[in-house]
Amino acid sequence: MHKYKEKAFTAITYTASLFTIMVLFALIYGLFREGLPLFNKVSLTEFIFGIGWYPTNAEPEFGAWTFIIGSFCVTIGALIIGIPLGLGSAIFISEIAGNRLKEIVKPVIELLAGIPSVVYGLFGMSTIAPLIRNWLNLDTGLNIFTASVILGLMIVPIIASMSEDALTNVPKSIREAALALGSTKMECIFRVIIPAAQRGIIGSILLGLGRAIGETMVVLMVAGGSAQIPKSIFDSVRPLTSTIAAEMGETVIGGLHYQSLYALAILLFVLTFAINLITEFFIAKRDKK
Amino acid sequence: MKNRKVLNFCGNGFLSLLAGITILAISIFLVRIFSLGSKVLSREFLFTAPRNCMQEGGIFPALAGTFWLTVISISIVIPLGILTAIFLTNYGKPKWLLNVVQIAIDTLAGTPSIIFGLFGMAVFVNLLAMNVSLISGALTLAILALPLFINSCIEAIKSVPFDFYEASLALGATKRQTITKIVLPTALPNILTGIIVCIGRVAGETAPIMFTAATFYTRHLPEGLKDEVMALPYHIYALMTEGTHPETQVPIAYGTAVVLLLLVLGVSAAAVVIRSSIRRKRKW
Repeated sequence: MHKYKEKAFTAITYTASLFTIMVLFALIYGLFREGLPLFNKVSLTEFIFGIGWYPTNAEPEFGAWTFIIGSFCVTIGALIIGIPLGLGSAIFISEIAGNRLKEIVKPVIELLAGIPSVVYGLFGMSTIAPLIRNWLNLDTGLNIFTASVILGLMIVPIIASMSEDALTNVPKSIREAALALGSTKMECIFRVIIPAAQRGIIGSILLGLGRAIGETMVVLMVAGGSAQIPKSIFDSVRPLTSTIAAEMGETVIGGLHYQSLYALAILLFVLTFAINLITEFFIAKRDKK
Repeated sequence: MKNRKVLNFCGNGFLSLLAGITILAISIFLVRIFSLGSKVLSREFLFTAPRNCMQEGGIFPALAGTFWLTVISISIVIPLGILTAIFLTNYGKPKWLLNVVQIAIDTLAGTPSIIFGLFGMAVFVNLLAMNVSLISGALTLAILALPLFINSCIEAIKSVPFDFYEASLALGATKRQTITKIVLPTALPNILTGIIVCIGRVAGETAPIMFTAATFYTRHLPEGLKDEVMALPYHIYALMTEGTHPETQVPIAYGTAVVLLLLVLGVSAAAVVIRSSIRRKRKW
């Protein structure tokens, strides 16, 4: 009797895992099934490097280059804002702040990482955008700059929380050795602790990068949405994610336009997959140490 | 010598400044949302349906929609996630299968949420003809949450000391008995934390439900799995981008944001409290 129960239990966990993989691979299959037919009509280089995006014209054009540039701009902008603030806060919490402050701030940062992105989008759209428009006398406050600020603010908790873990995991003996040799606190932080926690810190930045590039709601609400190659940081752009979200509602299922949006999703998936692989590489190496 | 001290002082000041800016920015963000949002909060706001083209009334259908989406997707995720985590941590044979599952989980944990939305639209809405409905949205959200939950279950099960296994097996318990009667109860608080984190994540997602479940406006509550639903995060987005009366819609959007934030932050705060109390009580 016991033997059967044993076998049954093993079989159940086995089935559950198989089901999980099946679901996970169905996701990839689903994307490619809907998106790949587009490439019968449009070549891959045309799709990636083409400038015009006119999916509903009589002679449709599918060039995703403006969206790729759009995603690139807001992501870089978010990192420019998110990295110094996130890393600075992480170093401050782990090295400068006292234990009591640390015990309060650390969970608060973890909480902030869970705030839904649509709330950041709301804040950007109705508070920051009008402010920037009035300050700088722009036509619209919905542009690369505003989107970068909001996305940057959003990835600060992610970068701060993970880098702080990496910094805290640096052995105490290394710290003490540096200080005993007469280094000042800052010398100890910048020449000893940060190099020792390097991999974890890079991992946290890549995680933030992945989050920023895949974020939909913030850019949909705040980046403005005009498909153009931006000339300044106060031009509005249209990243990959917001194109998909904005246009999906208007498509005919199975039509060219529909397929082209799935093709954009494949592009996005490949991008984030590459970033994940690199992140895994950094995190896995750190664990082995 | 003096130079180094100046440098040290500057470095200290600079790092404190960065941390200060972060705290200031986040405080402005939270204060702004809560101060504008709390103005419209009332019993009526929480428990009535929207009226007059979204300009008046409350958000009850959205609250109910988010509740059902979360409950259904989480109850799909829990058994699948725990069983998969048990397989990965305790059985894990053949080895290649273990690696494949692990790669699949890691890949999907980092996939943007809009991609899950597209998948849900292609498979649940169109292929399986479930249409835009509560069940399509819940299944999509379940797939989004699954990799996250499996990872936290694995962590939870790995946190059970190896001695526990050995003691149980030495007393003559079978592997199944050890897992169900010793390992899972010991890991339960950590698994619970994982569930709570997933609830917070699922309740706040907008992109996956945009094309699978959400509708801008419905007066009545969802009556079955095939109904379209309103949901809090989508409601915020819709109020900001659709409709024709921004001056009355924006305050309602802030009110909805406060409700959503309180829900998500409340749930996550519970997870933090549970985790720290476990750490304090733990005797091994």
